[in-house]
Amino acid sequence: MSFALLYPILFISLYFEVFLFVTYFEKRGVIKREKISATLKSYPSVTIIVPCYNEEKTVLKTITSLLALEYPKEKLSILVVDDGSTDRTSEVVTSLSKEQCIRVIRKENGGKYTALNEGLLETTSDIVGCLDADSFVEKNALEHIIPYFENTLVMAVVPSIVVDRPQNVLQMVQHIEYYWGIFLRKALSYLGALYVTPGPFTLFRRGVFARLGNYVEGHKTEDLEFALRMQKNGYIIVNAHNAHVHTVSPRTFRGLYVQRVRWTYGFLKNVLDYKDMFFKKEYGHLGILVLPMATATIFTALYAMGMTLWILGEHIVTAIDRIATVVFSFSFESFRIDWFYFNIDGVLLVSVVLSLLTIMLVLLGKKLTEGNMRLSPGIFYFFFIYPLIAPLWLAKAVYNVVLSRTVVWK
Amino acid sequence: MTSADVKKYLVVFFITALIFFTAISLANSISDKKLEEIRAIEDRVAIDILSSETQFSLLAESSCDAVNTPLLSEELSSLGNKLAFAEEERGSKDPEVRSLKKSYSLLLIKDYLLMKRISEKCKINPVSILYFYSNEGECGDCEREGYVLTHLQKKYPQLRIYAFDYHLPLSAVKTLIVVKKVENDLPALVINEKQYYGFQSVEDIEKAVPALAVLASSTPTGTE
Repeated sequence: MSFALLYPILFISLYFEVFLFVTYFEKRGVIKREKISATLKSYPSVTIIVPCYNEEKTVLKTITSLLALEYPKEKLSILVVDDGSTDRTSEVVTSLSKEQCIRVIRKENGGKYTALNEGLLETTSDIVGCLDADSFVEKNALEHIIPYFENTLVMAVVPSIVVDRPQNVLQMVQHIEYYWGIFLRKALSYLGALYVTPGPFTLFRRGVFARLGNYVEGHKTEDLEFALRMQKNGYIIVNAHNAHVHTVSPRTFRGLYVQRVRWTYGFLKNVLDYKDMFFKKEYGHLGILVLPMATATIFTALYAMGMTLWILGEHIVTAIDRIATVVFSFSFESFRIDWFYFNIDGVLLVSVVLSLLTIMLVLLGKKLTEGNMRLSPGIFYFFFIYPLIAPLWLAKAVYNVVLSRTVVWK
Repeated sequence: MTSADVKKYLVVFFITALIFFTAISLANSISDKKLEEIRAIEDRVAIDILSSETQFSLLAESSCDAVNTPLLSEELSSLGNKLAFAEEERGSKDPEVRSLKKSYSLLLIKDYLLMKRISEKCKINPVSILYFYSNEGECGDCEREGYVLTHLQKKYPQLRIYAFDYHLPLSAVKTLIVVKKVENDLPALVINEKQYYGFQSVEDIEKAVPALAVLASSTPTGTE
């Protein structure tokens, strides 16, 4: 196995992280100024579409959180689209439809994007958004988002997404990963390079859909496809980091694996569809840096995992060979600690710098969300568990793309 | 893309390059420090051997009791391990490693010769093994033979193992190869002036050197 690619990969990864850090540093004054606009000049009408398919356990909490939004009630509509649920979702949402601002539409199951399109057909408000039925908004989320639309060039605003009450180690890992996502989203927002308009509470000017068309299947990641379509047409997407949306993260490895295979597969298929944006100056940082880096990261993570397994395999073979040659010989002398035998090479030191920078960026994500940079145990789980499990879904997604196999939602 | 953007790309490149090359320079200087440590150990061992030789010469005419048997010091064995590690880290073709390896091989030969002289003069019978290996890939069993000898060294601390890279471009090693009539069929061992070719297990060596049993009974092994 060749290690020749290691130094260029480390250099490029470090370059990207430094680029994000410098971007944040440049804009730190702007971030401070992005406060709530307490007195909005006007309150545009807003419709939130809640597409749901078999979400009986969470949809009630989702809608309740929308009802609690601090926004003039006459300006807010909630449109629940039941995409042919086979569980008690229909009953639950019917019980809520007594509320004046809630409407419920039922349709045959056709996938999330069809539910969103059905909702868009029924919408006349200025601003339209979606909230996945496994997510909940904080009551001031809309107040934080709407001021960004006072800039008439802004066409979509994405919130900060946090993991709702992490219970187990896997959810704590995701909790930290989402902080990284929050930082990344803010930095990409300043770079004009956001390439996902997430299902949980991204809001759009309704006119965007009239001009660019509705959602398409988008390889089961319609939010990614639509964001790329917007970017390709020069529409501005920004991030409101103070608008917090909580999402229920998968509790089991299988659930997480299926979700991430879908996300990665959707990303790869969509970037193949939009490959003409790569390395084109007219798409700014997104075309020159962000899309190529995001794509390369998938393959470099797989390369790093392959290399780690290769080295581990070599050590295991050597140990077996050694045991088979001289039977079993154990000596405490082997455990004498001598600094000489620490393999401190350039790869190790650059990797340490890269890891420290990643921790720094995760903590900045935490600061953007919670206002502090305190370390939590989750960060250790993140560093030890995430690199072991992420390559599994990355490999599966690449495998599916190469062999043209599709993925499942859940 | 504005000119400010281009400037930012360049500034970030500069910062990244600075971090990157600082880390690599630091790693290189740590690696150089390790070679310095090896060199320092070599100097100490060289002085030890020279001291033993001088002591032997001074007292050659008198009693053997006064001669300190220069055990192939732990330090020489630790030197070998560190050199092997440095060779793995920096590659066997690294000129610094090669130079240190030559000095190390010379020290081994000097220790071997001194021991021989002492044993002849003082009628002691140390057990020693000359081991010839190669790092150049054609010696599939050299690594396994290395495990066997490391194991034996731990089991019998008084056993003296002298390991030489068969292809080391050093005239003293070449001469040793000629004198001991060792062919290029590696791994090769020379025990009591007899050559053994190919992989030799722990049992094979223990059988070839009955004196090891004496070492075992006289020395606590403490390794298993």
